[in-house]
Amino acid sequence: MIEIRFHGRGGQGSVIGAQLLAEAAFREGKFVQAFPYFGVERRGAPVSAFTRISTTPILTRTNIYTPDHVVVLDPTLVEFVNITEGLREGGWVIVNTRKSPDALGIAGHSNIATVDATGIARSHGLGSKAAPIVNTSILGAVARATSVVGLDSLLAAIREKVPSRREENAAAAKDAYEALMTGGAL
Amino acid sequence: MKLVLSGNEAAAYGAMLARAEVISAYPITPQTKIVEKIADLIADGRFKTEFIKVESEHSAMAACISASLVGARTFTATSSQGLLLMHEMLHWASGSRTPVVMVNINRAVAPPWSVWADQTDSIAQRDTGWIQYYCESCQEVVDTIMQAYRVCEDPRVLLPAMLSEDAFFLSHTSEIVDLPPQEELDAFLGTYEPDVRLDIDNPRSFGSLSMPHQWYPEFRYKIQEGMEHAVEAIERVDREYGSLFGRSYGGLLDLYRCEDADTVIVAAGSMCSTIRAAIEELRSEGVKVGMARIRVFRPFPTEAFRALAKDVRSLVVLDRSFSMGSEGAFFSEVKAALYPLSDRPDVRGFAVGIGGRDITIETIRSIITDSLRPDTGITAQKWVGLRRCEE
Repeated sequence: MIEIRFHGRGGQGSVIGAQLLAEAAFREGKFVQAFPYFGVERRGAPVSAFTRISTTPILTRTNIYTPDHVVVLDPTLVEFVNITEGLREGGWVIVNTRKSPDALGIAGHSNIATVDATGIARSHGLGSKAAPIVNTSILGAVARATSVVGLDSLLAAIREKVPSRREENAAAAKDAYEALMTGGAL
Repeated sequence: MKLVLSGNEAAAYGAMLARAEVISAYPITPQTKIVEKIADLIADGRFKTEFIKVESEHSAMAACISASLVGARTFTATSSQGLLLMHEMLHWASGSRTPVVMVNINRAVAPPWSVWADQTDSIAQRDTGWIQYYCESCQEVVDTIMQAYRVCEDPRVLLPAMLSEDAFFLSHTSEIVDLPPQEELDAFLGTYEPDVRLDIDNPRSFGSLSMPHQWYPEFRYKIQEGMEHAVEAIERVDREYGSLFGRSYGGLLDLYRCEDADTVIVAAGSMCSTIRAAIEELRSEGVKVGMARIRVFRPFPTEAFRALAKDVRSLVVLDRSFSMGSEGAFFSEVKAALYPLSDRPDVRGFAVGIGGRDITIETIRSIITDSLRPDTGITAQKWVGLRRCEE
């Protein structure tokens, strides 16, 4: 079973992002589970969301404490949320930032990838300029870095399930897939 | 057709597949998505139903009772504070013998404010004359809505039912749900055709005054009779559903790996999936443990517990609610069910997951370790994992 934890802020699309990843894996014949952990349901408040992907039925209904991978939709969370808490060895940390992985200062983990999901989302007109919706962009980077789902399944899930601007969201995911920066070679 | 649905979406699809004719509901976190999804299904032209907008949960239930009295199949959904506001009308629904089906999202009761999982809201409605189901998965939500209408509309039962889903751990958890074909569900469920209904061409009165020397106790006795018939109906309908659609849930009490178990965990709701995972671990270590999932709390599975108790050394009862001044309702009622037996298993109680605190595999393991210790003579219920204020 693969467990993925999303860290974001209310309004960025973390919860839908976790669901879209599950939808993509479902299209590959996997068992899936996705759910949010809300603090307060307010725009801008920190939010976590979880996705489980498995080849066998998923029984555990708990928050994720030892994720295989972590996805960070807002780089400012890195400063005050312990985003790598419980991260399994060899797991990926994928952060939405213009910085390079080495410039992030996340110690102790070599598998760090970054992508400018905010810039990509803005360029496709997703959300507003001040509050872009970055979930589909960062999912492209997640697919590239972790291979938990293929790009085609991800694009299919986005095209079927995103509430609006489906083609723009799919294009954003594809751009992020191409633009991913990693600390080492992929 | 397989879809990835949350427990809330599963509830909305369940109402649509059951062809609920009248829906009245008031949105409340974490149930809101049920109302939103029903609105979407109506707007898309997929769900032909009459949605009555109201100003409160009390009115929502009043609307459902009235619609049910004229012979409509009715559905509503609520949670926590909303369910508490409905309390008066819940008695009216069972007293009027209206087979309303409601989904309740189990959410903690304030204060302090909490929108997270806790079963106090529905346990507090146990004496309202409603059948109570507790669901473990989004799939079970859809399947149980179908089953509940069949049970409730049975002329020998004719009572309302609430299906509870834990907040977030089910209401907001998306997973794969297989929706059976509509025409097969139509054949399973049929339409609601009550023998007696409000009809302007054949006037009758419902819920009118009954003096002490008249029929009040007899009306109440008939509700209890309906509950007794519900025991058989719930099990029969669950078996029939299983033979048609390949999924059944053990009727009232869902037994898991109890055949050779020394210890059986008793619980309800979403934690039961995690308990299954914990049982797999414990079994691989040689601990003979099983689970009896309370799928139906009203009517209480008294006979099923007595049958289970014959072969078990101890029962470990987990309550995600607490009756202040006493103990968790499951703990009390399991002990009461076993009291007439001469040879009773040891029964231990734990209050766990209160206010949405996460119940992990580790939580379950620690409870089992605790309960496997030799009897200390302490029979009070323990609260699991309480934090302490630092000095």
